[in-house]
Amino acid sequence: MIEAETVASILPIAAAALLVLAAALTLAAAIGLWRFPDPLSRLHAATKPQILGLTLVVIAIALSAQSAAVLLMLVPVIVFQLLTAPISAHMVGRAGYRNGDFDPGSLEVDELAADVDAATATDLPGGAWHDERGT
Amino acid sequence: MTIAAVLWVVAGVIAFAAVLLVLARLIKGPTLIDRLIASDVMLTTLILVVGAEMVISGHTRTIPLMVVLAATAVLGSIAVARFVSRAGADASADPGGDHDRG
Repeated sequence: MIEAETVASILPIAAAALLVLAAALTLAAAIGLWRFPDPLSRLHAATKPQILGLTLVVIAIALSAQSAAVLLMLVPVIVFQLLTAPISAHMVGRAGYRNGDFDPGSLEVDELAADVDAATATDLPGGAWHDERGT
Repeated sequence: MTIAAVLWVVAGVIAFAAVLLVLARLIKGPTLIDRLIASDVMLTTLILVVGAEMVISGHTRTIPLMVVLAATAVLGSIAVARFVSRAGADASADPGGDHDRG
């Protein structure tokens, strides 16, 4: 049986430790952003704190506030971030690919290139590539 | 200082270093995509810091700010990504000819 006082003394430390972890994730993303050679690699580094770091901070807030109402208000934060982070990452990656802002030698497989070639080679007006990607 | 206070300071220093690095990338570029990603990370860091401030100060008043930021952070990224994508296609004049549809 754990004493209530022990729990009360541990919770702030646990919350603070979670904050340090989240800050470390942000620093990892920043270092990746600074050190990686091209935008698509930097995009990979940038997505680290978006979900995991935010989840850690939200858990820290829940530990600190210790209230069900606060927890209910925090759930939408994670849900919205889970919904929107892949969208923005997809759009940024798409823009980066189409602008050629990456080193083709760094790719093991470029599956999109074959599709782009197939789409631009078609006789259809506009081509399937344009119709699909243009929306 | 309590252990928690020491950890708060550590987290603050780490986050500050991260923001400095992101700011350096934001200034240096070199492409618009780089700056877009850097500003995205900066906004994520802002959400994290707003949350951390709530833990440190022991209040929950800025949770709505976190919700709104998490929900709308994507809009700027999408808009700029569309814009950059079209501008890049125009500039490079690739044979795909998809400039008009963007």
